[in-house]
Amino acid sequence: MIQESDLIASDILYEWLLRRGDTALILGHRVSEWCGHAPVLEEDIALANIALDLIGQARLWLGYAGEVEDKGRGENELAFLRDAWDFRNVLLAEQPNGDFGKTLMRQFLIDAWQDALLSALKTSANERIAEIAVKAGKEVTYHLDRSSDLVIRLGDGTQESHRRMQAALDALWPYAGEMFSADAVDEAMAAAGLAPNPQTLRPGWDETVGEVFKQATLTQPQSDFAHKGGLTGRHSEHLGHLLSEMQFLQRAYPGAAW
Amino acid sequence: MLRGDVMRVSTDTVWQWLSEVPDPEIPVLSLTDLGVIRDVRWDEGTLVVTVTPTYTGCPATAVINLDIETKLRSCGIADLRLEQKLSPAWTTNWLSVEGREKLREYGIAPPAETRGQEDGETQARVARLAGLKNLVVACPRCGSRNTEKISQFGSTPCKAAYRCRACLEPFDYFKCH
Repeated sequence: MIQESDLIASDILYEWLLRRGDTALILGHRVSEWCGHAPVLEEDIALANIALDLIGQARLWLGYAGEVEDKGRGENELAFLRDAWDFRNVLLAEQPNGDFGKTLMRQFLIDAWQDALLSALKTSANERIAEIAVKAGKEVTYHLDRSSDLVIRLGDGTQESHRRMQAALDALWPYAGEMFSADAVDEAMAAAGLAPNPQTLRPGWDETVGEVFKQATLTQPQSDFAHKGGLTGRHSEHLGHLLSEMQFLQRAYPGAAW
Repeated sequence: MLRGDVMRVSTDTVWQWLSEVPDPEIPVLSLTDLGVIRDVRWDEGTLVVTVTPTYTGCPATAVINLDIETKLRSCGIADLRLEQKLSPAWTTNWLSVEGREKLREYGIAPPAETRGQEDGETQARVARLAGLKNLVVACPRCGSRNTEKISQFGSTPCKAAYRCRACLEPFDYFKCH
């Protein structure tokens, strides 16, 4: 039986927490890029609120990651003073916004995965992880309600909205598989009872997204090919550009405080 | 007043003081109406106030902490510590009965009533799912139940945007959470 102390000593818990925190942070930043640009006011507000939720969740995960790492780094140092290769978010989160349909499809694919993951984490043997999962889970359930509703309305909407949603699904589908890939970090976390093996989340996720795509009259791509690397620090070119904006202040004025 | 006297104030008095601190975004509610103050206790000579966030990313959280500190210091509390507590997670079931009425008078429809239910989360989910079809939110202005949802998100993370089909006024609905 793997003990939690082993996971801390071997940096496994730290790595796993970065995956949670970085995915929430990078997706939250991407969504915040819409602020002031959304097609209608209500959507602008909704996107800003979802970005806020995600950044709030990132603070909880990264704050805990900093404590586990025990090198004096907190949520701010982890968010603003690391470079692309240190980030552990899934590649899907860093993909550019594209049009509103692509942003929405990216959100839906991730919401459905987060919903399944956080539900499973509520029974984590680690109390802190379980607490964050309960708190974040309430928010993500709401995000999923919204994104699945809009995917259906736009997929089964006008010819133009359908075309855009299908294009978004085709473009993003190859990035979905990474969310369910498992490596030594995941296996150790699962063995210690701290987190589910991501592979076990796939059937439930398939069912959720399959049902929504059916109602949305969208065709689910058949290929299982999956781009991978984000969880171990090998990112697409987009992350560097995102960080240059997100981390601008700390890069230009190191140590600047509010 | 001697400083020692101030340090001996009862926690009931502190709760009373905190009930005079308005929520920064919905000032008609006090922090105690909102249910975010989870505990008040003395740890030796230090007053410890435990606060829980409504939403993880709610920008008001930092302001709430500052307002608590400002209020208690102005009441003479010198030694103060604020603690954040995530669990159990905040739920709209913790809104006080008075708070719900104050919301309605202020023009915000209070969250669907799930008080008395053991599992607030399940109830919230049911209300949310029903919201896609037939959750009835009465207009806080004219009382009509002929209303429609415009957006799942309103002016703050905790609210959704609705419109009354009777008086035609838009209004906020404080979501179940």
